[in-house]
Amino acid sequence: MPLLEATGVKKIFGKLTALDGAALTVGENEFHGLIGPNGSGKSTLMKCIAGAEVPTQGRVSFVNTDITAFTPTERARAGMSLKFQITSVLPTLTLYDNILLALQAQSSLFDLVFSRTRVALHDQVMTMLTQFRLADRAFDAAAALSHGQQQWLEIAMALACKPKLLLLDEPTGGMSLEERRVTGELLQPIKKHCSLVIVEHDLDFIRDICDRLTVLDQGKVLASGTVSEIQANKAVQEIYLRRA
Amino acid sequence: MSAAKQAIPADIGGEAVVAMAEHGSAKQAAPGRKILPIVEGVVLVAALVAPLLLQDYLTVFATRVIILALFALSFDLVWGYAGIMSFGQALFFGSAGYGVALLARDLDITNIFLVLPAGTIIGLTFALLLGGFLLLGRHPSSVIFVSLGTLTGSYAADRLARGWYYLGGQNGIPSIAPMTVGSYEFSEGPPFYYLVLGILVVVYLLCRFLVRSQFGLALAGLRENEQRIAFFGYKAQHLKAIIFAIGGAVAGLAGSLYAFHEGFVWPNMVGVVVSTQVVLYVLFGGSGTLIGAVIGAVIVEGVSFWLSDNYREVWPIILGVLLLLVILFRPLGLISFVLGERERVGSFGGKSKATEKEKRDAAP
Repeated sequence: MPLLEATGVKKIFGKLTALDGAALTVGENEFHGLIGPNGSGKSTLMKCIAGAEVPTQGRVSFVNTDITAFTPTERARAGMSLKFQITSVLPTLTLYDNILLALQAQSSLFDLVFSRTRVALHDQVMTMLTQFRLADRAFDAAAALSHGQQQWLEIAMALACKPKLLLLDEPTGGMSLEERRVTGELLQPIKKHCSLVIVEHDLDFIRDICDRLTVLDQGKVLASGTVSEIQANKAVQEIYLRRA
Repeated sequence: MSAAKQAIPADIGGEAVVAMAEHGSAKQAAPGRKILPIVEGVVLVAALVAPLLLQDYLTVFATRVIILALFALSFDLVWGYAGIMSFGQALFFGSAGYGVALLARDLDITNIFLVLPAGTIIGLTFALLLGGFLLLGRHPSSVIFVSLGTLTGSYAADRLARGWYYLGGQNGIPSIAPMTVGSYEFSEGPPFYYLVLGILVVVYLLCRFLVRSQFGLALAGLRENEQRIAFFGYKAQHLKAIIFAIGGAVAGLAGSLYAFHEGFVWPNMVGVVVSTQVVLYVLFGGSGTLIGAVIGAVIVEGVSFWLSDNYREVWPIILGVLLLLVILFRPLGLISFVLGERERVGSFGGKSKATEKEKRDAAP
């Protein structure tokens, strides 16, 4: 059974049909890229999976459970984690507290009030910060970070929830070439314990880290397959040529 | 409105966020030096010696101010720490006041160990009921819904109290018997003052413990970006209902003390006027810091008292202009004159490491 299966997802905003029967299947430990021209519905599909939007029609199942009507909190507790397209780190909190906030999300109320997990989580916070090259700024406010570093912090926060599936919406948006390369390196090790769905405009980046791709066009799936299958696909080449 | 706080949702442009952080750090004191404990210490010492220096009628006034500071703490927890706009905080304050007044009038219960817990429980119960209705939906409720809901609750309670004969109607309940411990009666003056000061200090320390705990970090997340923390798996609505109920309990405690201190309760005590008053204390002093709420209550009440004595006709106008000026130019309240952004928000974990880093940074 696949980890995530979205079928027949339709999303209508007023008169605009953003998704028109889109589908996505992601296996365990699979890095899956979601690509397509602007306005093809990538981010909307991502939001329908994460629970930020409720699909007008269709079904999303995750670890064999129908989660179509789940709230974001319930999805997160089931093992799904989202990095938003617009960075939404908590700017006035320190980097340390941003990560701790994510790590302690499922602690009981009693543990939170009496700070019973604070000491136990310290090493995990520092490990995450070190992994994402942010340890030396642990006690600065998140707002003081560069845009690229905020993106890393956000990925670290999303990973801190120990998800089975991580959803990344444009993780390299606004990054320099060097930062993109490092982001790719940072994501590779998580493959051992987590699947990934990634929406990204940078096709080179996608090709380097993904196992499979799904191409959306006008709210529908144009093609889905391995990276080489998609690269050889005539219809896909055509929409990208048309856009160029 | 606390404009600056509202202006930092996470989805605004990066530049504004960075500018805000720079602004904060510019005001920050030298690394390693904490301002808050100093301010807290100064306020406590001033409060301890006040009755020794003040004339009796001013000690009575100061007692009232301390009770109102306790009430301000309740609103600060709810708005300053959790970002829930409660425009009906007086509902919990006043209903507890009415509750203990009825206990004293109809059942002759005035024992402090009964009436104060009773008032606290009344505040808690009303907050649980209203909070449950306003905050515990399946999806997060909007700020407007919550502020109008609480406002309406407070307004309705005011009308109800005015029209209900049993509660004394427009006149409220006068001549409440004094609070007692055994045969001792707490009448106005220094003993009552030190009693409420002691209660304020205990509640303050409990609140301080709470807002600095990991639960406090969850509240900070709630205040900064409720949607974001829901995606981490927090039950944001539950957190809100819990802190709202705690705020209601503190307001209830303050309301019962107020009823016994003043010796009467009247419909305004549950209404919109007192609800607004507590919002002003907290905005004026500095929301999101406990001591800011206390200072706000002391200064607003103190200035009103002085102005009304010296400028009998125009004092409300002067007070109004002063409040507007503070809210316009110091949206984080008076406390922001001495307190940097970093210390205001605080740090919730790895404290020893943070101190080490500050020492390193301070070293030449």
